[in-house]
Amino acid sequence: MGLAILVLIWLITFFSTYFFAAKTWWLPHGVSTSAPWIDHQFALTFVVMGVVFVAAQVSLGYLVWKYRARPSSGPVRYSHGNTTLEILWTALTAILFIGLNLMGSSVWATERFEPAKAGSVPVEVTGMQFAWYFRYTGPDGKFGSTDPKLIDPSSGNEAAIGLNTSDPAAKDDVVAGTMFLPVNREVDLTLRAVDVIHSFFVPNFRFKQDAVPGLAIHMHFTPTEIGDYEIACAELCGLGHYKMHGMVKVISQADFDKWLAQREADKQ
Amino acid sequence: MATTASIHAHAAPQGFIRKYIFSLDHKVIGLQYYFLALTAVFVGMFLSLLMRIHLIWPAVSLPLVGDIKPETYLSLLTMHGTIMVFFVLTTAPQGGFGNYFLPIQIGAPDMAFPVLNMLSFWTTFIAFVILIAAFFVTGGAPLHGWTGYAPLSALPNSGPGEQLGADLWVTSIALFCVASLMGALNFITTTLDLRAKGMTLMRMPLTVWSWFITAILGLLAFGVLLSAGILLLLDRNLGTSFYVPLVVVNGQVMGHKGGSPLLWQHLFWFFGHPEVYIAILPGMGVASQVISTFSRKPIFGYKAMAYALMSIGLLGFMVWGHHMFMSGMSPYSAFAFSIMTMAIGVPSAIKTFNWLGTLWGGRIRLQTPMLFAIGFVSLFVSGGLSGPFLAQPVLDIPLHDTYFVVGHFHLIMGVAAIFGIFAATYYWFPKMFGRMMNERLGQIHFFITLAGTYAIFMPMHYLGLAGQTRRYSQFTEVAYQTKLIPLQTFMTYAAFVTIGVQLVFLFNLFWSMFKGPKASDNPWEATTLEWTTATPPPHDNFGGHTPVVYHGPYEYGVPGAAKDYIMQNDPATVTSH
Repeated sequence: MGLAILVLIWLITFFSTYFFAAKTWWLPHGVSTSAPWIDHQFALTFVVMGVVFVAAQVSLGYLVWKYRARPSSGPVRYSHGNTTLEILWTALTAILFIGLNLMGSSVWATERFEPAKAGSVPVEVTGMQFAWYFRYTGPDGKFGSTDPKLIDPSSGNEAAIGLNTSDPAAKDDVVAGTMFLPVNREVDLTLRAVDVIHSFFVPNFRFKQDAVPGLAIHMHFTPTEIGDYEIACAELCGLGHYKMHGMVKVISQADFDKWLAQREADKQ
Repeated sequence: MATTASIHAHAAPQGFIRKYIFSLDHKVIGLQYYFLALTAVFVGMFLSLLMRIHLIWPAVSLPLVGDIKPETYLSLLTMHGTIMVFFVLTTAPQGGFGNYFLPIQIGAPDMAFPVLNMLSFWTTFIAFVILIAAFFVTGGAPLHGWTGYAPLSALPNSGPGEQLGADLWVTSIALFCVASLMGALNFITTTLDLRAKGMTLMRMPLTVWSWFITAILGLLAFGVLLSAGILLLLDRNLGTSFYVPLVVVNGQVMGHKGGSPLLWQHLFWFFGHPEVYIAILPGMGVASQVISTFSRKPIFGYKAMAYALMSIGLLGFMVWGHHMFMSGMSPYSAFAFSIMTMAIGVPSAIKTFNWLGTLWGGRIRLQTPMLFAIGFVSLFVSGGLSGPFLAQPVLDIPLHDTYFVVGHFHLIMGVAAIFGIFAATYYWFPKMFGRMMNERLGQIHFFITLAGTYAIFMPMHYLGLAGQTRRYSQFTEVAYQTKLIPLQTFMTYAAFVTIGVQLVFLFNLFWSMFKGPKASDNPWEATTLEWTTATPPPHDNFGGHTPVVYHGPYEYGVPGAAKDYIMQNDPATVTSH
């Protein structure tokens, strides 16, 4: 019985660790400036937790087998514990866990405590059951006003987010169902939701942020590779949650300018 | 204290209804809680089976159940989570075993407030009936998940199931809170006032410590959830705007304005995180009790174990914001919540070290309760070590609301807690029913369940890394997620096997109740007070006398003692520390 437990626990430990170490399933290719930082912190945490995991499981299996009751077993080690050991492993665990945490904090701070740099592209993301819309300011560099009473989801784009076309600043705003971004330029994101909470999740950017009704949440990030990346809604938002899907197309600055100009022309 | 106890003694009731239905006896109430949780766990497990089937074969139509639509899937996961968290993980370890064994383990004749105890159970029962009723009303059960995030949960037109079904859901939870508050008061008072002579705090079994701390957590947490639930009912039915700002649902401007969706999350998780510990602490207590008993050694670091329980309880109230790193909450507060969360890993690690320290140098008897206690430690380690990933805000960015989180909490507060319940069941069954459970069936149950749960929940971590979002009824709409379906299929097959083997447990439980070999008063040669009394215990627990306690709870292998264990009420002079 002791041996059976040892074998089972060791096998579980081996298979669990193997698929992590072999990266059979792993984070998707990272294409933002913060991705390498996050991936590095990931790798570090994996090594530390992996060592603790293997050590704990292997000793559990071993101790159960080694000290199983047998006719030949001697008397037990009568002991109520060891204060030095208790203090030692408390201190070690505290240093390990809290140290790991502090190391990861700088990435969080730079992304969130500072505003986007000058020259970034302002994009407003609006989530609604069950679609994403992306708004660009147009040549005036300003977002025009929106009005909840004008929201008409069935018409899509400008009408879907309730763009107030009588506002001069809104006249050149472009609203699209696909997100276009120029490569290597910071994106100054404003996230909104009109009905319930949604969450804007782009795994390749290592980016996720809830869009909350009543709040305008500001975030910024920089995509670093041209390509198409998928958006998945990551907050339960109703029966169509699973299909609240979108695309980000990261393109060159020239292509981005061309696309925006074309959309402006289409509006006229 | 003994005099206080005698005031609470009441005559054994006659008649079926007063004896078994509206009983005031904590043992009967404990069994009522246990069987309610047993019913609930099979309902909850059946719902998860339907979910697993739908994920792999979305088009399949099942007899009696019919088609599973995307909204049906969301109702299933909402009800699965609610049933499991409230009516299983909170009900069985605390309401069930806590009720039955806390008074006996401290040498009391009953709980401090027997009538309150009865009311607490029946309120829980009504709450369960109301929750299940949500399946049968127009629109069906709600789809907002067990966390019920507003505004989704606050707007009746936000989806199917959000009408009457959602009102029943909130009402059920509010009633459950009321019941848990009554139970918590009872547990705390009983532990403080009804301990037998000699049962000092530092001689209490670690199970009693864990039920006591859990009761304090319940008292502080359920009150907040109750208020949150009442506010949600007001938002839903009286047009208030606690949680709902100006919103437009499907082109229709709703009448609310100025509310905060984040308020619900703060209130919910202020309850929700301590709730995780409400589910797992009693399991830690049982694991300590069983590992010490079957290793024939005192628990390693008794005081450290008691202090660790206290610090987990205290820190448990300071970490709720780690559920909200992506919510739009101030990014500065994330630092504080993150540090506190990492800190709570420390007492959890201490417990693991001490369990391993207890095994070391023991004479381990590998009977079924011990198998499940070992499984508990393994699962606790596995589920615990994914915590430091999620506790770091930067790593939570890719992992939040993915299967990584689902894998994490299922291992630690789901399956580890369930292993605690299994260990408790196999351990105390002889005392509760006077018969032994079948060892061979117990072993089969253990090995397949342990392997099976790892096969189901470990792959969830891989899926989460790859970006698989939770609460998706299908993975066909997002290309990168479609590639992960083969792993999901594997998990569904693992779930079939694991759920199947629970029928072996169910059979063993009921068969042994009537046909198992008769149990002696102390079949495991254990030391705590429940093993000093008759099997099953008489109405007043100790047959007219009150035990006197001379020892700590885990005096095994004492050098020079006549036997390899000294019971707590044994006046033997060879003694302990």
